[in-house]
Amino acid sequence: MNIIVCVKQIPDPANPGALDGNNALKRDGKLILDESDSYGVEMALQLVDAAGGGEVSLVSMAPNSETAGLRTALAMGAAKAVLVSDPALQGSDALTTAKILAAAAQRLGGADLIIAATESSDGYTGTVPEQMAEILGLPSVTFAKKVSIDGGVLRADRQTEDGYDEVTCPLPALISVTAGVVEPRYPSFKGIMAAKSKPVDEVKASDLGVTPVGWDGAGQKITSVTQAEARAAGEVIEDDGEAFGKIVAFLEGLKVI
Amino acid sequence: MAIDNIWVFAQVSNGGPTTASLELVTKARSLGGSVAVWVAGDGSTVAGALGAYGATKVYGVDYGSNLAGSAVASAMKSVIDAGDSPDLVMFPQSYEGRDVMSRLSVKLDRTVITNNTDIAVTGDSVTVTTPIFGGNTLVSTTFTGGAPYLAAFRPKSFAPESAGSAAATVQAVGVPDLGATGTAKVIAVHVEETTGPKLDEADIVVSGGRGLGESAKYELVEQLAKVLKGAPGASRAIVDAGWVPYSYQVGQTGKVVKPSVYIAAGISGATQHMVGMKGSKNIIAINKDKEAPIFGIADLGIVGDVHKVLPKLIEALQGR
Repeated sequence: MNIIVCVKQIPDPANPGALDGNNALKRDGKLILDESDSYGVEMALQLVDAAGGGEVSLVSMAPNSETAGLRTALAMGAAKAVLVSDPALQGSDALTTAKILAAAAQRLGGADLIIAATESSDGYTGTVPEQMAEILGLPSVTFAKKVSIDGGVLRADRQTEDGYDEVTCPLPALISVTAGVVEPRYPSFKGIMAAKSKPVDEVKASDLGVTPVGWDGAGQKITSVTQAEARAAGEVIEDDGEAFGKIVAFLEGLKVI
Repeated sequence: MAIDNIWVFAQVSNGGPTTASLELVTKARSLGGSVAVWVAGDGSTVAGALGAYGATKVYGVDYGSNLAGSAVASAMKSVIDAGDSPDLVMFPQSYEGRDVMSRLSVKLDRTVITNNTDIAVTGDSVTVTTPIFGGNTLVSTTFTGGAPYLAAFRPKSFAPESAGSAAATVQAVGVPDLGATGTAKVIAVHVEETTGPKLDEADIVVSGGRGLGESAKYELVEQLAKVLKGAPGASRAIVDAGWVPYSYQVGQTGKVVKPSVYIAAGISGATQHMVGMKGSKNIIAINKDKEAPIFGIADLGIVGDVHKVLPKLIEALQGR
């Protein structure tokens, strides 16, 4: 069982985001593994374990040869990674990103299963996994919240508007998994040391044969960036044991009780 | 050309189009041109409802046990290849909507812009507005390259208004051979029963977060929601922790709510949560950390322990 996990390295979400001069998200500082992707990495490791063999590989697209987030996933137990890092990729839209990651997965020789998060925590376009599946001609199960593999067939519970669907899907396939689907492990000290020497194959968009990319390949152009009207803060009080009365009075004032 | 031919993908839930879908049909008809709506399933059952909001045609895709994404996108592509090509396709940000738009985007080699809250048409040009950084910044993006332009919208971006028009005509569209992409099959459908008003339609929403401390304390949130005849919601943190199902989540990845009153109990106000609730008319926040970002947008903020404030509040309301 060989599994490829798509991982994104993003600016620390604890820090406020900012745009650069081209209205792209600033990604020049240290990047970290998107927490949403740690669930996919964990699931891949568990599925490979359950299958009794195989390995977990990573694909990622990031500026400045960034590997900090990849090393976290490698420390968790992934074996190797393909990193696509290329200044030409700045400004790429989600479709171009999907083409790049699909090509990176093919560079790894494909896999029995490709796993992605439902959306990244910085750009959150939420289309890349399903776009990759279409590019690679694979069946897909998005928003999977429970996954198992038995006899080459994947079974998943997929989130729907009204509840969930049980879905079966033959391999190879692609899935996107919701956060909380498994409990991501913390990298061990041994894992962190081992990750330093695991292979990261760094390539350019041209190595993958994907053109056009970046601003030129995006079917969109940012025309303006404005500040939204700010919502003003109201009254803030410390609870002295009677603050519940304030809430009752507030609700009465709104005539909802 | 102008934007003459608009398609909307409508999500059907509980036998009818979702409110988010009707919002898009309403907006589409205001952009001029004709509006055709696509549904996954039998078009005839929703032709009346969709027609009333301005759709003149409904394409129904009988997708059987397939997943909607590949089946509907392939059916759309077959109609486009046969000569009926839209200038603009609007999608709700629903589970099926996302799959369909992503597959179609690749089939047409066109970008798809998601998370929008507004759209404007000027001549041939289509510009969408996307809030970023928790809604503090608005980005306007114009499609370049050729039509069809593909855009997805957050729920509650537009007000749904019936035009009182007649039922739409219905055209059934077959699913082309999907090859490997059609091998994922639904084998069982589970509907999660909920009591009380739906989270994204309730007039009052009470949400709980990590500040509740432990899973069992979520009961306080449910009790308060019940006494206010509202719906209980949750932050991503406690959904990820498995305290409540995913369907309770308010925020970027969950539901967008705009109730008259939103009560945030033990929620600090991460960007991902604020995006889903900052459109509420009135916001009440209870949190023990007075520096919590949620107080920056609350109309009434209580710096205190939810375990002390909520029981007293519930008791006071029950006694009325």
